[in-house]
Amino acid sequence: MEMRDLYQQVILDHNRSPRNFREIEDADHVAHGDNPLCGDKIRVYVKLNGDMIEDISFHGSGCAISQSSASLMTAAVMGKSIAEAEEMFHKFHAMVTAESDQPASRKELGKLAAFAGVREFPARVKCANLAWHTLHAALKEQAEPVSTE
Amino acid sequence: MQTETEPDSATGTIDIERVRQDFPVLGQEVRGKPLTYLDNAATSQKPIQVIEALSRYYGYQNANIHRGVYFLSEQATAAYEAARVKAQRFLNAANPAEVVFVRGTTEAVNLVASSYGRLLLQPGDEVVISAMEHHSNIVPWQMLCESVGANLRVAPIDTSGTLIVPEYEKLLGPRTRIVALVHVSNSLGTINDVKHLVGLAKDKSAVVLIDGAQAAPHMPIDVQDIGCDFYTASGHKMYGPTGIGVLYGRLELLEAMPPYQGGGEMIRSVTFEKTTYAPPPAKFEAGTPHIAGAIGMGVAIDYLEQLGWDFVHEQERVLLEYALERLPTVPGLKIIGSADSRASVVSFTVDGIHAHDIGTIVDQEGVAIRTGHHCTQPVMDFFGVPATARASFAFYNTVEEVDALTDALMEAREVFGA
Repeated sequence: MEMRDLYQQVILDHNRSPRNFREIEDADHVAHGDNPLCGDKIRVYVKLNGDMIEDISFHGSGCAISQSSASLMTAAVMGKSIAEAEEMFHKFHAMVTAESDQPASRKELGKLAAFAGVREFPARVKCANLAWHTLHAALKEQAEPVSTE
Repeated sequence: MQTETEPDSATGTIDIERVRQDFPVLGQEVRGKPLTYLDNAATSQKPIQVIEALSRYYGYQNANIHRGVYFLSEQATAAYEAARVKAQRFLNAANPAEVVFVRGTTEAVNLVASSYGRLLLQPGDEVVISAMEHHSNIVPWQMLCESVGANLRVAPIDTSGTLIVPEYEKLLGPRTRIVALVHVSNSLGTINDVKHLVGLAKDKSAVVLIDGAQAAPHMPIDVQDIGCDFYTASGHKMYGPTGIGVLYGRLELLEAMPPYQGGGEMIRSVTFEKTTYAPPPAKFEAGTPHIAGAIGMGVAIDYLEQLGWDFVHEQERVLLEYALERLPTVPGLKIIGSADSRASVVSFTVDGIHAHDIGTIVDQEGVAIRTGHHCTQPVMDFFGVPATARASFAFYNTVEEVDALTDALMEAREVFGA
């Protein structure tokens, strides 16, 4: 496993300049994710229009994997329906945990496929997953902070 | 035959390569690279002498102690109690009864907080700790203070990671009952002048516990000279097994303290109406202890003493000096903690690369370092960093391993395009 397979250009780029890194003041859903052993923290804001994600953003701090995952996630689900976002969550989860990684589903994941290498680093799977679990919690209106540790 | 040693990596009388051969784990390759183990403050590696002692115990000596009248039990009891005497000598305690075997420093602090703390503390009393404590020397006191309505006071540190002694002194007052301080900081490497700090606390008649988890592997300990009431050490950080450690307590205090856990071994007599307790240390060793662990820790003490503190000091001094010279050559690297008196522990950050990413990348080069908050979140908050990377050196490390870390950090910068 080469380091560049994990730290792909797109991951480094989103880590350096995260997209949708802001608050949404009139967000419909907000959830907090926290991996206390790591120190990764994230807050995900979602604004809905019907069942469509009209706007999504995040705030937080952490390693390159957690930050770029959050950034790429916001870009991926922006304008998607809740159902589509949930489906993407499941595919992403399956890819990084190597549950059922299919080249076909990687294709559907587009840029998110950059995280396929994470499965080779079991200690870092929780970093990649944190934003997605936090989004999932936001959509489910879960009050308790999320953790993937 | 003694082989020629590098002047930089040994004191000249002991061949570092021969010392390394005592530690089987160090000879391995990980991820196709020679293992560079620089996480000694988390746990140290074990010499073959300790490993063989564990194997010998389970292979030929295993029996429960103190209760059997047969040969094997007598042998096991003698070996366990001999380990206690080794620990007593190691800490220079006056009496073997002052040495209680525990699981480690965490259990030792919890024992004192639960037993002595509850006996002593009244609402409004104060417990003083420092801002550089490990969570294990914060949380038990917080729990104690909450349960009795006492107050936890925290002596601050400066930007070098040194305790501000005048501020510490100001915190000591008529309500100070317990002072709990770390001897050597696990995240900053700072060595506290515990003798002086204990003296100041004693002027206010406080009871003092010193967390020696990070000190015992690096220096000889003399609890009588330090003047503390309690001192803790963990076997696994001083080349011994995990799951074993010692609590030193002044006999007078141990005698006054109620038991921490009830069970076998710690009693004098039991009826359903009333139980009377055994004297210390048995009073605090309920249940079958980690017999093999205690014996292994005793062998680790023998090993350290045979190696000699001169060798350990010189080796660690060279490694620390070299690391403090080499690591800053990595662009963007900042060392966290610069106390004048420090152990061979170096915490750092690299601009633009989170500590966990550093940890993953250097691991690919076979380099094992710690990344995170090191169970010292308040220290991280004080320095305004979410996490640091930490290299901690033992006498068996080499300057070449410092180079391996430095090269791996350069590789991390390259991966990140920094």
